[in-house]
Amino acid sequence: MKYAIITLFFFMGMQMNAQQTPAGKQSTPITIEGAVAHLGNGEVIENSLIMFAEGKLTYVGDAATRIARTGKVIDAKGKHVYPGFIAPGKSLGLVEVNAVRASNDQDEIGDLIPHVRSLIAYNAESQVVESMRPNGVLLSQITPQGGRISGTSSIVQFDAWNWEDAAVKVDDGIHLNWPSTFRRGRWWLGEPRGYQPNKDYRQQVAKVKTFMNNALAYGKATPKVQNQPFAAMQGLFDGTQKLFVYAHGQKEIMDAISSAKTAGVKHIVLVGGYHAHKITAFLKEHDIPVLVRFTHSLPFFEDDDYDFTYKLPKLLMDAGLLVGIQNADASNFQTRNLPFYAGQTVAQGLDKEKALQLISGNNAKILGIDADYGTLEVGKSATLFISAGDALDMRTNQLSKAFIDGRDLSLETHQTELWKRYMGKYQGK
Amino acid sequence: MKMKLFTLTLLWCGATLFSQDYFPENDGVKSKNNNYMAFTNAKIHMTPTQIIEKGTLLVQNGKVIQVGTSVAIPKNTIIEDLEGKSIYPSFIDVFSGFGVEKAKRAPGSGRSPQYEATREGFYWNDHIMPENEAIAKFTYDDKKAEELRKVGFGVVNSHFQDGIARGTGVLIALNGSGNDGDRIVEDQSGQYFSFTKSIAKRQSYPTSLMGATALLRQLHHDLDWYAKGNVTTKDRSLEALLENKDLPQIFAAGGNGNVLRADKIGDQFGIQYAILGGGDEYQHIEAIKNTNATLIVPINFPKAYDVSDPYTAEYVNLSDMRHWNLAPSNPKVLEDNGVPFSLTLHQLKSPNDFKDMLLKAIAHGLSKTKALEALTTVPARILGKSDHIGTLQPGRQANFLIASGDVFEKSTTLFENWVQGTKNIINAKDQKDIRGNYDLNVGGETYTMVVSGTLGKPKLEIKKDTLALSTKIEYSEDWVNFSFATETGDNYRMTSLVSNASENLKGKVVLPSGKESSFTAKQTSSFEASENKKAEAQEAPKLVALTYPNIGYGNTVKPQPENILFKNATVWTGDAILENTDVWVKNGKIAKVGPDLRASGAKTIDATGKHLTAGVIDEHSHIGALAINEAGHNSTAEVKMQDVVDPKDIDLYRNLAGGVTTIQLLHGSANPIGGQSAILRLKWGEDADGLLFPNMPKFIKFALGENVKQSNWQSFSRFPQTRMGVEQVFIDYFQRAKEYDEKKKSGQPYRYDEEMETLAEILNGERYISCHSYVQSEINMLMKVAEQFDFKVNTFTHILEGYKVADKMAEHGVGGSTFSDWWAYKYEVKDAIPHNAAIMASQGVTVAINSDDAEMSRRLNQEAGKTIKYGGASEIEAWKMVTLNPAKLLHIDDKVGSIAVGKDADLVLWSDYPMSVYAKAEKTLIEGAVYFDLETDKAQREAIQKERNELITMMLNEKAGGAKTQGPRQNKKARFECETL
Repeated sequence: MKYAIITLFFFMGMQMNAQQTPAGKQSTPITIEGAVAHLGNGEVIENSLIMFAEGKLTYVGDAATRIARTGKVIDAKGKHVYPGFIAPGKSLGLVEVNAVRASNDQDEIGDLIPHVRSLIAYNAESQVVESMRPNGVLLSQITPQGGRISGTSSIVQFDAWNWEDAAVKVDDGIHLNWPSTFRRGRWWLGEPRGYQPNKDYRQQVAKVKTFMNNALAYGKATPKVQNQPFAAMQGLFDGTQKLFVYAHGQKEIMDAISSAKTAGVKHIVLVGGYHAHKITAFLKEHDIPVLVRFTHSLPFFEDDDYDFTYKLPKLLMDAGLLVGIQNADASNFQTRNLPFYAGQTVAQGLDKEKALQLISGNNAKILGIDADYGTLEVGKSATLFISAGDALDMRTNQLSKAFIDGRDLSLETHQTELWKRYMGKYQGK
Repeated sequence: MKMKLFTLTLLWCGATLFSQDYFPENDGVKSKNNNYMAFTNAKIHMTPTQIIEKGTLLVQNGKVIQVGTSVAIPKNTIIEDLEGKSIYPSFIDVFSGFGVEKAKRAPGSGRSPQYEATREGFYWNDHIMPENEAIAKFTYDDKKAEELRKVGFGVVNSHFQDGIARGTGVLIALNGSGNDGDRIVEDQSGQYFSFTKSIAKRQSYPTSLMGATALLRQLHHDLDWYAKGNVTTKDRSLEALLENKDLPQIFAAGGNGNVLRADKIGDQFGIQYAILGGGDEYQHIEAIKNTNATLIVPINFPKAYDVSDPYTAEYVNLSDMRHWNLAPSNPKVLEDNGVPFSLTLHQLKSPNDFKDMLLKAIAHGLSKTKALEALTTVPARILGKSDHIGTLQPGRQANFLIASGDVFEKSTTLFENWVQGTKNIINAKDQKDIRGNYDLNVGGETYTMVVSGTLGKPKLEIKKDTLALSTKIEYSEDWVNFSFATETGDNYRMTSLVSNASENLKGKVVLPSGKESSFTAKQTSSFEASENKKAEAQEAPKLVALTYPNIGYGNTVKPQPENILFKNATVWTGDAILENTDVWVKNGKIAKVGPDLRASGAKTIDATGKHLTAGVIDEHSHIGALAINEAGHNSTAEVKMQDVVDPKDIDLYRNLAGGVTTIQLLHGSANPIGGQSAILRLKWGEDADGLLFPNMPKFIKFALGENVKQSNWQSFSRFPQTRMGVEQVFIDYFQRAKEYDEKKKSGQPYRYDEEMETLAEILNGERYISCHSYVQSEINMLMKVAEQFDFKVNTFTHILEGYKVADKMAEHGVGGSTFSDWWAYKYEVKDAIPHNAAIMASQGVTVAINSDDAEMSRRLNQEAGKTIKYGGASEIEAWKMVTLNPAKLLHIDDKVGSIAVGKDADLVLWSDYPMSVYAKAEKTLIEGAVYFDLETDKAQREAIQKERNELITMMLNEKAGGAKTQGPRQNKKARFECETL
């Protein structure tokens, strides 16, 4: 019976497109009244009033306020409103089906290739991208994968006709996979499978440093012959781009940050940071934000606390660092679980609104899109959603509405269509 | 010195080499030497327990003639007075590769797998080579023999160390002066087996430990069939196996539970193997003891890890640090538990490490008597050669050691190692021991001087006050020459005749000026005295405590069922959610459920505000295993996951911390017909067998689609390559199994085939299929194949397009165990939807949510919550998907899966609503015993930090003391999923 009701409810207006049509520009103002508004900056408004027009938030406050409600009013009593969640470090839209090589555009050959750009390969019509939206994940940093310097990322929103439409911040950062002091045993050569010291670490680090130094020197003169990789690095030195350094160990993190600083990189973000909690003073001193590894991953060491990955974001936040969550190591489809990665930290004692910051306000700040995204504040983009309940908990993350830049987007996907189609079959419709 | 030894050996060669009576003699006259040799006044260890003080050992023609205190010495006897010296039987190594050629690694690995055997007239699997005879690959190597003699070995049993059935060994006396006619004691000395396939052969099967185990079992079934004359062709492998079945059977098992695995194979076929261990037997000594096997134990105790860099020290697991600490006590633990064992040089980098390791074992409590037995009588017994070697009783080979004293003391010098009556000098026994501490007076100055090292090759230390000077020393025959240089580079060269009359050295010195003068070195204490003082000063080794399992978070005491009353919980019985309810746990069962219960003697736990549920059950798991796929054949119904259970996997503990109490350990999805599943209860601390669910229902893994077609890697040679072929694999195997079963039931003789037996169990409804599946066509296909053979598929696991054929599934009666939200990782999951579970459930299919993933497995409670989000399952329905429904699918719902009186008390106390991301498992019980407790866990964390620190300090001290170390490393086990090969 319950299924019948749900099916009936959703059946109206069902389409069978491969990809939902992007919503048109916001034409009339929209008011959401009565919801618990989670602003993404740590604040919460229990009975809220949110208004937006022409894609921008015009009012965020208490519903008790006597102010004229403009445009279409959505009664959201008992519901929850959140800023759209932001997923850093992903290759969404660069690969559709991991095992199908033809659909894979995420990893270019070459070791130091900052000039390789993700944006132009981003498939705005990906079914995987589309599946993010019903969970509240509305933006992502589309990032090339693999190699030492994998390339240049761009930040996109998830309701677009093409990559130009999608772009929120073009070429925002360069991604550097820092060498590791340990490496896996090459078991196929008869070495034990476990981790052993990487004898090439120093040499690998030197190679990165040399590359950065050359790129810096290159930018100081007007080159007669252009060098694409060096040219692509210049944004790091003039501060228009950020360097995202992927490192986990204490030594690696300190080496990476010191090297990048020495080379003249202005903005550095640490990605990963498994042992970052042991050197928080160092990270604070250098003002380094951390995009910490997602909580739904296993501890790396046998002797680690079973819940170490659950609590790491809290440990870093407690130390006063700017912290966001990324799931760069996970499959792209998993990114729709971003809200639950944040939710997992709450059982470790983190305040729910702080947990929310990990995937909204903080991620926006770290990626440099906080002028427009990440929090619900007047003047910012109306990129938000309404959920029936707590969006950080699986059971209650149930979206009824989502907006990107005020545009009312479809929450249907390839998956919901199949659901309805087959429920329809069973119910003889 | 070396030169001298060499000539001495040569001399003796000439003296003892004799040929047989019937051999023609063209280089001289027949000159047989029938003289006796008597060694008198020695302390003779005739056997490890029979010691004769001031005894005589009488030897003739390579044999012991008489031993005792009153031995009649014939006239034609050469007598050697060994006053103050000791005689021991020389050592025996059962597990050696001495002189036998080594297997060469087959070239070209990396190409597509080779499924067929390469040999004709032999067993169907290239890794079964019982026809190999070590004697055919044997060439005596006196250089290697000398290395072995130097550390006391006289006889070794050598075999070709390659393959699963390795053939026979050869027993060799390390007699450098004779020829193979003398030194080969036995050329068919035992038959060897292992779990490791040949490096020289490329045949794919077996790719796993469980495959090797199954192969060995099938080999014995086939042998039986062959022996009964049912095979018309010749199989030289089976012929060899038959011929050698009465020889000593030796199994190269190794550590990590493999001793138990080998013994189990033996038990099934009435064979008691002598088993090569791995040095970690102390970790599960009870089980080892119960094998009743004689072990062959390596003593390659691990070196301390170099943990001086705290960053890299993090990579070393506590379990590995502990093993470093405890491994040297392994022989003692074996002795204490009455496990018979011999010691082997196997796994030691060099025989030169042997004495140090042996002394370490003794320092850790191994008795000297047992040590001697482990090196003499036990190996002799393993080889069935107690009448020939291992003791110095009359009639035995004259293989013995002459030592300055107790061979198990550091200061003792080995003088001679006699093999088959042939003398081999290791250190000249007449040479005076000049080792000791001296006051050296030269050129008007006094220096302190220490001579240490070995008797024939001493080391020299000379100090001016505390400053160590650079020195040189040479000692040969009766002359010692030594020199030192002062810090200003002044060189003093000294030479002295060593006299038996005095402990002091006295002689000529060439001063830096070139002038000659005289020096004296007055001995202040002898070497033995100072060594013994050192030994006394050495503290008994400090050992850390063993836990179950022996890794971090192991239990110090195995959990026991408790009498517990949970008060005032929100109880999820399975069908209902009861507020303010009590649950009484007694004798491992749920005794009562209801409000305001009273339970005398029960420990009361206030569960106000908390939720109590049945333990989570994961239908699809790959944790706690040493292997997952046997990918060598397209059907591997004969392999068993229960053969490769790994009770030491930390993921088992992490699962408990996520409220999981039972898992189905499935074979992987490499083959259409995979291996037999094991259902495990996560009783952390039990050994492999202790984890098995009691009366475990029989299951097998099947698989469909891209993995079995090998679509996603470069392999194009194995059938099937399409879904069309997959159907034919099933039809073929089921048809053959049907015919097999009919023949068996008809009473006709039949060849016992483990694979067919397993498949016949499916046809007979005794074994259930859990089938990895994705797209609707293949799901439908397998149901039709099953119907054709008149059985039902029990479970489709993964079943991501189950929602497309949910009605057909309900009709067939098959359950579905699916992921909550996985998709898009390969082509066959492009239509996978997270609403799948709810849709299947709506059509009456029994649905479970599974993990196939060590990480997700510990959060299955949350994954259940997703079925409410996607597809709108009710909360009771959703919760059943990780408890009662998987219990039903596994046919264990009479015992677990819900909270009902009489059921097993497998329970989880949650801090919050159990399907919430905010819920933590606070206590996890299995059969009423607490296996996870948040408070205990907290204490464990602190204990681990403390113990790590303690062990790191111990290792740093060992390094500071000059011990060799190994680089830090993390022995991380492979983590498996379905596709792990």
